[in-house]
Amino acid sequence: MPEVDSGLLRRFVQNGGIVITFVILAVVLTAIAEPRFLNQLNLTNVLRNFAFLAIPALAQMMVMTAGGFDLSLGAVVAVSSLITAATMAAAAAAMPGVDVVITLLALAAVLSFGTAVGLVNGGLVAAFGLSPFMVTLAMMSILMGGALYYTQGIPIYGVLDSYISNVGRGRFLTLPVIMWIALGVIVLIVLLQRTTVLGRHIYAVGGDPRSARLSRVKTARVTLTAYVMASCLAGFTGFLMTARIGSGQATIGTTLALETIAAAVIGGTSLRGGVGRAELVALAALFLTVIANAMNLIRIESKYQTLVLGAVLIIALGIERILQRQGTSG
Amino acid sequence: MLNAEGLTKNFGGVTALDRVDFDLRPGEIHALLGENGAGKSTLINLISGTYPRSAGMLAVDGQAVEHLTPQLARSLGIAAVFQEFSLVPELNVVQNLFLGQELRRGPFLRTGAMRREADALLSRFGFRVRLDAVVADLSRAQRQMVEIAKALRGKSRVVIFDEPTASLTDGEAEKLFAAIAQLKADGVAIIYVSHRMSEIRSISDRVTVLRGGKRIGTVETADVSDAELIEMMVGRPVDELYSALSLSPGDERLSVRGLSTRSGRVRDVSMTSRAGEVVGLAGLVGCGRSELCRAIFGLEEVSQGTIQFKGESLHAPTPHHMLRQGLCYFPADRGAEGLALNRPARENVTMAGLNLPALAAGPVLKVWTERRTIADPLEKLGLRPMAPENNAAAFSGGNQQKLMLARGLLKDFDVYLFDEPTVGIDVNAKRDVYALIKQLAEGGATVILSTSELPELTHLATRIYVMHEGRVMAELGPDEITEKAILSHYFGEVAHA
Repeated sequence: MPEVDSGLLRRFVQNGGIVITFVILAVVLTAIAEPRFLNQLNLTNVLRNFAFLAIPALAQMMVMTAGGFDLSLGAVVAVSSLITAATMAAAAAAMPGVDVVITLLALAAVLSFGTAVGLVNGGLVAAFGLSPFMVTLAMMSILMGGALYYTQGIPIYGVLDSYISNVGRGRFLTLPVIMWIALGVIVLIVLLQRTTVLGRHIYAVGGDPRSARLSRVKTARVTLTAYVMASCLAGFTGFLMTARIGSGQATIGTTLALETIAAAVIGGTSLRGGVGRAELVALAALFLTVIANAMNLIRIESKYQTLVLGAVLIIALGIERILQRQGTSG
Repeated sequence: MLNAEGLTKNFGGVTALDRVDFDLRPGEIHALLGENGAGKSTLINLISGTYPRSAGMLAVDGQAVEHLTPQLARSLGIAAVFQEFSLVPELNVVQNLFLGQELRRGPFLRTGAMRREADALLSRFGFRVRLDAVVADLSRAQRQMVEIAKALRGKSRVVIFDEPTASLTDGEAEKLFAAIAQLKADGVAIIYVSHRMSEIRSISDRVTVLRGGKRIGTVETADVSDAELIEMMVGRPVDELYSALSLSPGDERLSVRGLSTRSGRVRDVSMTSRAGEVVGLAGLVGCGRSELCRAIFGLEEVSQGTIQFKGESLHAPTPHHMLRQGLCYFPADRGAEGLALNRPARENVTMAGLNLPALAAGPVLKVWTERRTIADPLEKLGLRPMAPENNAAAFSGGNQQKLMLARGLLKDFDVYLFDEPTVGIDVNAKRDVYALIKQLAEGGATVILSTSELPELTHLATRIYVMHEGRVMAELGPDEITEKAILSHYFGEVAHA
């Protein structure tokens, strides 16, 4: 057998070399197969979609590194979209003209809702030791049921035009505003993970809860905080999506539970907790967004797209595992 | 400075600790002695606040403490070095040292300051561990050092050590003793749990002996003999731990030629073993003897050389194949490699033998005879409590070890590989293990014993290979085996021709 420099391979794997390679390959191959990919309109679209996957994927990663799961993120996105539209409609009727105030009011409503959902999810998991899988599955069911009942499937109108044009369609330095917002969120979460006590404690609680407790980390509070932050990020996603869609929709985000877990795991987040880096998860979200866009461009029907997504997930994880094993055997 | 009366702890219906009194004076080293399951761990867990007590009184500096939590214990200056680590494997050394007590500026970490302090802390004890190393990548001994450094960070008035030397080499243990002496001189009170009589004798001031959850007595170490302590501990005088082996080695059975592993931990090792023989593997922790055992069993990738077993010449053995060929391996790291902790003891014993006719007919498990089949080996090993339906996690270290050993007794194997079979287990359990090794070898099996306990090698082994940095430094025949001879090769001096 040839001598492999396993130290180099290992560093490559640890520093996200695999995800970076995936992204580059996806971009290059798509660009070759379908030149329209590089079209400015299409790229703008890709970057916006990237934002809508990256933010909830970071939310998922947050909960996963703390040793949990959140299947209700997609439902929180949908309900938050309704809340955004409904709040704007009501507030605009009550005090027309103060668009910034109304927008901030909608944001506050969405974040309060996210906090409430996170407190219930995290509280049930942390205080009663219930399985995160079951708690968030039930939460997803409740929220989606509630949303559909409330709207009867009809979109909620009344989203401010200024919000749609400035945020939903807005650009800054030629790139979509929404993408800049997502970048800001990514940077904040990277800083949270690397430089704050809370970030350190989330890793510890997810890695080994018993050791964390023995080290006097307040494990229940950390778990709770992780769920609250995740739900708030999901709520924020719904808030942003409403700017793009222009109305409150109960049906958005239905596939996000799978997609966010896929992005988190491809980005190297451990299903067992304790491992996960925001920047890599964001790259994985970019990778998945590019693939979805490529499928749209070459007109793969949407029903086959979920099939491809599943296959991509398995293949990506397989490659990652093989390289990891070679990287650590030395 | 610490005073406890009538401490009691019930787990479900089991009384793990029964009305135990305990007191600690400033600047003393107070040893806790007892067999596995005697209640030592429970006692120190109550004192460090890990478990709430069921009854009894605990006072620190004359102040009664009602609900002791780990947080409260720590703020009272009680630090504990647990045998089971309180380290998060995914985090690095610095991150673990400061876990839960991070130096902070508002919500932010003071990374640089923590690094400097961690460096100073480790070098104060002379522990050499890389600060950026992720704990999952450290050896057991290194993790132990990190655990100790972590507990000793900050001001402590009471420090609890639970078998701190179990995985340290003698040199590392010396550093630890120096650190303990320093603490003692500073007026810190120390609770020291160990199975090693020589350690207790050399460092402790007083000894409290526990047996079956009760306190048997507290004595000044200088006033008692080892025999008296052991008698207090087991309730009857202990015979010699080792009884003489009468072996008649037969044909060559398992041999290794020029074996190197891909990890580089084993380099060009050749050795042989015969039927009815106990071959010792000696050397410091980390010298490669564990990896050699793992390589023979197929858990470590072989890069060069062959293993000859039953006329077969193997380059890449697999555990499955080796088990079927009649080689049984008992790993050193019970939790990680040996036991499914959340499954009943019974399943853990039969796990590796489910293809045996005694346990299965084709695909169907003989669940109706499973209990009977394992009763005999467990009886022979003296499992305590004799409750095969309890989860493996519920047993003490020594008894978990017995579950591992029971596997090898379901069927007759030709070769038994023992890696550190007595780490962290008490005197009585050790004697059971020695008796088992004797029985196996006298029955014609080959036993390969890798251990850091020199007395085990001198009493049990018929031949010894001493390893250093992956290589065999010397082979000692039956007439050459003395502790001195083994030690002379520990640090790499090549055997004289």
